[in-house]
Amino acid sequence: MENPEIKKTCLHERHTALGAKMAPFAGFDMPIEYEGLDAEHQAVRNSVGVFDVSHMGEIIVEGPDAERFVNHIFTNDVSAIPAGHILYGMMTYADGGTVDDLLVYKVADDCYLLVINAANIDKDVEWIVDAADGYDVAITDLCEAYGELAVQGPDAERILSEVTGVDLSLMGFYTFELFDGEDASLPVVISRTGYTGEDGFEIYDTNERIVELWDALMESGVKPCGLGCRDTLRFEAGLPLYGDELTAEISPMESGLGMFVKLDKPEGFIGSEALKAQKAEGVRKKVVGLEIDSPATARHGFEVLNAEGEKIGEITTGYRSLTLGRNLAMALIDAKYAALDTPVQVRIRKKLAPARVVKKRFYTTRYKKN
Amino acid sequence: MIKYLPTHEYIRIEGNEGYIGITAYAAKELGVVTYVDMPEEGDELTAGEEFGAIESRKAASDLFSPVSGEVLAVNEALEEDPTLINADPMTNWIVKVSIADHSELDALMDEAAYEASIK
Repeated sequence: MENPEIKKTCLHERHTALGAKMAPFAGFDMPIEYEGLDAEHQAVRNSVGVFDVSHMGEIIVEGPDAERFVNHIFTNDVSAIPAGHILYGMMTYADGGTVDDLLVYKVADDCYLLVINAANIDKDVEWIVDAADGYDVAITDLCEAYGELAVQGPDAERILSEVTGVDLSLMGFYTFELFDGEDASLPVVISRTGYTGEDGFEIYDTNERIVELWDALMESGVKPCGLGCRDTLRFEAGLPLYGDELTAEISPMESGLGMFVKLDKPEGFIGSEALKAQKAEGVRKKVVGLEIDSPATARHGFEVLNAEGEKIGEITTGYRSLTLGRNLAMALIDAKYAALDTPVQVRIRKKLAPARVVKKRFYTTRYKKN
Repeated sequence: MIKYLPTHEYIRIEGNEGYIGITAYAAKELGVVTYVDMPEEGDELTAGEEFGAIESRKAASDLFSPVSGEVLAVNEALEEDPTLINADPMTNWIVKVSIADHSELDALMDEAAYEASIK
């Protein structure tokens, strides 16, 4: 199991000391669960939990052309928001396939923080640097310098305000603040964001200080949560995971993320022509929700069939929902079958289970929108 | 006598019959079992080949048969409550099989070898 290539986050020793079950994820040895997935999932839904997400990547883009450049590589429109606000969106290839999904923090008109998926760091950095040819921007990779925690759940605001001494009650959804850190070039970032469908915050700081914050949160009784429940939580909220619901072969339109794609930006963006065509002609395949009538769970890659038994797609993620008690999945299927309530079938090993198309936001999210 | 596969299935051997289940180690690794996909009575199993699957919240693992033979019974209690496997995996076997060829048992691990393999 010892792989010299595998990376560790700044909290690795904390995880092993807590007895976490560890596994490789995106090149990092990450905690999958501590006490157990179910308890951790429920803690985030009902009180508060903390995730080590230090494996995520942070990239700074700054310079006179920063706004034009970010808009050139990003599907959403950063000119539409003031400094201190955050947009979710994707980077796409010229053919409309997805490079990655990411958050863009607008620090100033000429400075942006891009938060990217751990599994895509090398690919994304190369993509961003290549695309920057001809733009007057500086690109700084802070992936190793920054650690990150996600504090999520209805009690996140209260607990994190207590622990940090910062009143977070006025911070709006998808906004952030910068605070002086130990290193002037690495300010502390606190944002009201997350990946669980609950209210919550994400904190970026130097690795040493992320460990201190983790320890303080542990002392306050916040439950440590692993990547296992991070996946079940985001799944219930209908949020995509790159590699499952977004890939180089799945465009944002096909994944149902058109609201994060601004096709009317004056200068367009890489992939905008292809996505315009998809919008005009309609997509051929689409990510949908499925409710499955079976005690067995559908897993990534299982086949989806139409009522006649012909293959129409594949499962992208499947779980028996902990919060809802329903057997659910997301699947990429032929768009002909994407209408709500369409009957389909899922091949679960040797058996065929009946299923029907449902909305993929299975859980009603509880973000705090001021 | 109990013998083991490296994939964490056990077979408890009673004469020409055997009870196949998963080990306590495997049950603990899986976490709370949510579903056991079992074959049907009368199905033929082949040594080393997949005969079903066991699911937890986190994962689905294929089940492999330690021996070749016919399924004499499936543990129907697991359909009602799959977590019986977590409570006591040795009592709560998954399938009962006939053992067609006793020489296949020689290829399996004994308890000491299995215990050493999960250290």
